[in-house]
Amino acid sequence: MILNGKCPAGPLAEKWDRRRNEMKLVSPANKRKYKIIVAGTGLAGASAAATLGELGYNVEAFCYQDSPRRGHSIAAQGGINAAKNYPNDGDSIFRLFYDTIKGGDFRGREANIYRLAVLSNNIIDQCVAQGVPFARDYAGYLENRSFGGVQVSRTFYARGQTGQQLLLGAYGALSRQIKEGTVRLHPRTEMLDLVIIDGEAKGITVRDLVTGKIECYAADAVCLCTGGYANVFHLSTNAMGSNVTAAYRAYKKGAFFANPCFTQIHPTCIPVSGEQQSKLTLMSESLRNDGRVWTPKNKRDRRVPNDIPEAERDYFLERKYPAYGNLAPRDIASRAAKDICDEGRGAGSSGYGVYLDFADAIKRLGENKLRERYGNLFDMYEKITGENAYRQPMRIYPAPHYAMGGLWVDYNLQSNVPGLFVLGEANFSDHGANRLGASALMQGLADGYFIIPYTISDYLAQTAFGKVNEGHPEFRKSREDLETLTKKLLSINGRKTVSEFHRELGRIMWDNVGMERNEESLKKAIALIPGLRTEFWGNVKIPGNGIELNQELEKAGRVADFLEFGELMARDALHRNESCGGHFRTEYQMPDGEARRDDENFCYVAAWEFKGVDKGPELHKEPLVFENVELAVRNYK
Amino acid sequence: MNLTLFIWRQKGPDEKGRLEQYEAKNISAEMSFLEMLDVVNEGLIKNGKEPVAFDHDCREGICGMCSQVINGVPHGPKEKTTVCQLHMRNFKDGDSIYIEPFRARAFPVIKDLIVDRSALDRVIQSGGYISVHTGGVPDANAILLPKENAGTAMDASECIGCGACVAACPNGSAMLFTAAKVTHLAMLPQGKIEAARRVCVMTDAMMNEGFGNCSNHYECQAVCPKGIKVQFIAKLNREFMKAVIHRKGGF
Repeated sequence: MILNGKCPAGPLAEKWDRRRNEMKLVSPANKRKYKIIVAGTGLAGASAAATLGELGYNVEAFCYQDSPRRGHSIAAQGGINAAKNYPNDGDSIFRLFYDTIKGGDFRGREANIYRLAVLSNNIIDQCVAQGVPFARDYAGYLENRSFGGVQVSRTFYARGQTGQQLLLGAYGALSRQIKEGTVRLHPRTEMLDLVIIDGEAKGITVRDLVTGKIECYAADAVCLCTGGYANVFHLSTNAMGSNVTAAYRAYKKGAFFANPCFTQIHPTCIPVSGEQQSKLTLMSESLRNDGRVWTPKNKRDRRVPNDIPEAERDYFLERKYPAYGNLAPRDIASRAAKDICDEGRGAGSSGYGVYLDFADAIKRLGENKLRERYGNLFDMYEKITGENAYRQPMRIYPAPHYAMGGLWVDYNLQSNVPGLFVLGEANFSDHGANRLGASALMQGLADGYFIIPYTISDYLAQTAFGKVNEGHPEFRKSREDLETLTKKLLSINGRKTVSEFHRELGRIMWDNVGMERNEESLKKAIALIPGLRTEFWGNVKIPGNGIELNQELEKAGRVADFLEFGELMARDALHRNESCGGHFRTEYQMPDGEARRDDENFCYVAAWEFKGVDKGPELHKEPLVFENVELAVRNYK
Repeated sequence: MNLTLFIWRQKGPDEKGRLEQYEAKNISAEMSFLEMLDVVNEGLIKNGKEPVAFDHDCREGICGMCSQVINGVPHGPKEKTTVCQLHMRNFKDGDSIYIEPFRARAFPVIKDLIVDRSALDRVIQSGGYISVHTGGVPDANAILLPKENAGTAMDASECIGCGACVAACPNGSAMLFTAAKVTHLAMLPQGKIEAARRVCVMTDAMMNEGFGNCSNHYECQAVCPKGIKVQFIAKLNREFMKAVIHRKGGF
């Protein structure tokens, strides 16, 4: 099937306005009659729920945490992009658009990305009005800094806690609507199923994580804002609870999953220290504004970094990418670091790390300036490693971070299932094969504040409100299926813990579907995963019961989905015989080691349709059409 | 290292809880406190026992989900550190460690180390925000803001809403939490308009949720993982006095 992204016709700059003008509206008096479900309350979910509530819709919001303020968007550190051109350094909406599309290795959708660049400016205005304390200069104006893959300073930031402050802004807006009564919040509640009636998404089934009760909620439309799936690798920068379940179960109900193999490996994370490690911590990319990345020139040089003289250091990003240097994009910087370590020139006792050195910046700017810019990041680094990065360079290594893939959506953020909208990281739409820094926050908020409020009305205006209620047989079936699933999980009573399975899956994924893949490794993963899955269903041990707070049971459901989803990722990576962005196939590279894209054969979105757990999924394509930019080789040299 | 743990176990809100003893063996100094508990829990599961339920999520000190009292101190012995960022290098081989849930009247225990902190959300819902509609706002640089004010607002808004301040306070007071939000918004021109109303409704909400009053013990500041200062409580009091003096009618 050839998928239609439903982008409006006409010049790029007019597309969004055109669409807004052609969309149907719901009259203010009718809005409260429509019920909308928002699953997930991170940046995309909180902003969507708040804005839809403010418009007068009847919103039910769900999150697995105890409070919407804890969505993982809160952990984003460095900043949010906008094309304000406040620094007068040549930025523009077109340039932000172009950087993003190039950064994504020309695997994103032009119209979406342009709209994102346009809306970026509204986001900053909105957040300032909400009281987000962005950094200011002494005259009272907003400050900017730079991020990877760009040559202008367009990143707005609130110290190293930008995600936190933006989320608290959205959480405030959401709290206001909860007080107003337009939004009903369900914390500690996890979405486990999507309910489709007559081909349209009409509700969800959830588990109350405190009582264990499985409950159904009917609505006129459903918005999934449930984040990314990088935890398929077990160790990632994601929160422990981040999972693929909501998106994956929607996929099993017929929503297409697009580009699952596009995952971002972030170059600047704290290296793994031990077997029992539960997660990896990211150090903001903004550190590369002032930090210089290097490794020893000699193999297996185990001297402490300060003892290695300048002449024996290799500043490999500056050497290989002189134009962008330490601000080379994430996929490029990650691979460069991995190559160096694979050569045996890695830093630290494990050899899997490179140095991020601030000595020059301290000399140039003084320690105080650095403390002002990144103080909390240095503190965090010291807590985790016990090392003072003002005195010795940080050790960093790439780690799984952000999912560019996600459920397929059209320009209206609607999936192929009518009534199912997908926002933020949970959809696939705006970042192509690689996401540039400081643009995840931008997309989450653009989707929630400024896109979904318009596009959802077009769907709702064409559908009668209250078509179904929780008494519909589809809801009963969904609830019974989930109760059966819970019973099945609890009855296995095997010998291995859920975490052991997750670690094993993570190892398979990282080794074979990680930063570099090839036909052989992918086929190996596709062979190994079903075996592990079978073992899981025969040998997992989950204590307790289903009618109480049971964290092992929660984890088990998520890992069960990862055990299927991992295979989908590998299949997607295997079929894409090219290298692009975060998807690097060793067979497809230039003589100098850079990614070799194949625009002739793979310039499309790969959207997969579920056909059964043990059957291969069916591929549908949405051709990517570039009318305004030329498909160029990505060059950061 | 090997440790002896005394962990609070409580099946549900209405059940009686008690401390139970567990052994944590072969713990490395690099592990975080929660990773140490993960290891203990895996052992319990393998032995057919119920693992200890505890709240956690981002494990990088920012989401505010983790909430344990370690050896009598919320978030444990290290200053400005959440439990998830507390590493085992802060303990010694052979140590005994007492692990309990956050305790406060407004935070009922749900299970083991998990408490219900939704009272804090309701304090925010009472008015801890700027009532701005989406869209139609002025350009971000249209209203200037002194760097110092932005800095102070940021210092205050760093609060992660973990509730350690409440758990550490002999009165179970949420004054530091509320003060942080009131200060954050009062420092900004956009937040000034509702400042008087905000401080009154938030203070009322605080009382209604069963949080106590501040009587200057400073325990909140001592345990705050983000270093939120008690000066903000003074600011809260000033804002409150201002509001009461100028109060016309009720809020």
